[in-house]
Amino acid sequence: MAKWILRLVALAYLLFLLILPIGLIGWRTFADGLAPVIESLTSEEALHAMRVTVEVAIWAVVLNTVFGVGAAILLVRREFPGKRLLNALIDLPLAVSPVVVGLALILAYGKYSTVGGWLETAGIQVIFSVPGMVLATVFVSLPLVVRAIVPVLEQMGDDQEQAARTLGAGGWATFRRITVPGIRGALGYGIVLCLARALGEYGAVAVVSGKIVGETQTLTLFVEERYLNYEVLTAFAAASLLALVAVATLLITRVLRPKEGN
Amino acid sequence: MAIEVRDVSKSFGSTPVLKDVSVDITSGSLTALLGPSGGGKSTLLRVIAGLETPDAGTVTISGVDATRLSPQRRNVGFVFQHYAAFKHMSVFRNVAFGLEIRKRPKAEIRKRVDELLQLVHLEQFRDRYPAQLSGGQRQRMALARALAVEPEVLLLDEPFGALDAQVRKELRTWLRRLHDEVHVTTVFVTHDQEEAMDVSDSIVVLADGQVQQAGTPQQLYDEPASPFVMSFLGPVTRLDGRLVRPHDIDIATSPEPGTVEATVNRIVHLGFEVRVELQARSAAEDPEDVWVQVTRGTAEGLRLRTGDTVHLRAIPSALSLTV
Repeated sequence: MAKWILRLVALAYLLFLLILPIGLIGWRTFADGLAPVIESLTSEEALHAMRVTVEVAIWAVVLNTVFGVGAAILLVRREFPGKRLLNALIDLPLAVSPVVVGLALILAYGKYSTVGGWLETAGIQVIFSVPGMVLATVFVSLPLVVRAIVPVLEQMGDDQEQAARTLGAGGWATFRRITVPGIRGALGYGIVLCLARALGEYGAVAVVSGKIVGETQTLTLFVEERYLNYEVLTAFAAASLLALVAVATLLITRVLRPKEGN
Repeated sequence: MAIEVRDVSKSFGSTPVLKDVSVDITSGSLTALLGPSGGGKSTLLRVIAGLETPDAGTVTISGVDATRLSPQRRNVGFVFQHYAAFKHMSVFRNVAFGLEIRKRPKAEIRKRVDELLQLVHLEQFRDRYPAQLSGGQRQRMALARALAVEPEVLLLDEPFGALDAQVRKELRTWLRRLHDEVHVTTVFVTHDQEEAMDVSDSIVVLADGQVQQAGTPQQLYDEPASPFVMSFLGPVTRLDGRLVRPHDIDIATSPEPGTVEATVNRIVHLGFEVRVELQARSAAEDPEDVWVQVTRGTAEGLRLRTGDTVHLRAIPSALSLTV
């Protein structure tokens, strides 16, 4: 009996928290059929927002993958002063609110800061532009790749890498032929997780982008803007698209997640 | 000399692991680095391979100073205790790895790998993955992989340590035969004196980061340089303040010149061998526990019983060392 009540409670909880809201979005989106949805998603602003989102996400994923693999190898394979500090710093983005991240980036790279002013004279605009949005997205999704790889690297040990060295492989060949295949599953998992986070990021990007329609507007910002302008159907259509992408990435992570005892 | 290690020292943090170690390994020999765990033998092997850098001293391989060479330039084969199999590669690809890195032609690689797989009796497993092999098979694969690049020296770090007793014995006989076929200078680390005596033609005893003695198994057994070496190379016991091998003690029922009186505490029958545990009372020393190894026939001839008083003496040819 208690078992059934527990199941019912869990199900009801998920129903009201997840399934109902997301289901309603889907239902409201497609209430008038497919045509208006397609129309609202193919408007120039919508397409531009998608392009910006993808561009920012790809940059963030690439940077976080390179940094993540490097940092993970550094943390697991090397001893150096400041290792514990680096380890703690990597988790910082999880603790800091994205809005704070955005404001901090404006403070550091805005027009009136030293670095920002210097970059501005060099012709690079960071804040209210794509570089700043990439920075913000990289910041909030920083730990995802590192934290996915570290346990797998630890479990793998360095025996195989050392064996490769004695067989004549240099550092790069060892990395490419032994380390990467060894962490492939975890790396894929981390990348997909990072991609999902990057596509859905709102807070930090909202602050640094300046929300310039048709320029620095990402899909999440597009949803908000259309909703505030009473274009409810467009907002819902874009939101459905985001939800769909999220579900897809979730499914991919299911497949890629390192299996236990493997 | 295939390998010359000169005055090598190495510390991990503040713990010295190797202190001024010098070792010569003759070309074509099969040498055992024998010693208790923590004695520095694995570290010495890793220094030879280039996997550890010594704090001081030099390593020369085939006449070339290799002290500062990275492992991939030393042309050594290294076999790890836990196999270090490349898990994502088939047996064939594992063995081919070193040759692929050296960009040898495909046909040559296939021929060489097939030869080696035949040598280690794994030819029917070439397309399997390491996870599908037993421990002994994995270790043979690792050996083939190390041999594939025709190394100047083959280094094995407790190669049979992770295997069960049966497979261990098989593999060490097999290693001996392999060495007779391939003739590559081989150094292997072990803490098992029987394994070292059985397989190698020279032994280096390493303890506390120092070479205790080096020589042929026979030399080490017949002329141990210290009580430590003697006790490490086989069972020993103490009689009258001296270290003696338990099969070198005579049990007599009546006192004779030079005998020590003793009481039988326990008699253990181990098949053919009988182990007699006694308490000896020599004039000068405090009572001490002694054990004597006799054959079943001798034990029966003496009609030994627990509680009997007997008289012990080292046989004339016995090797004994003062402790």
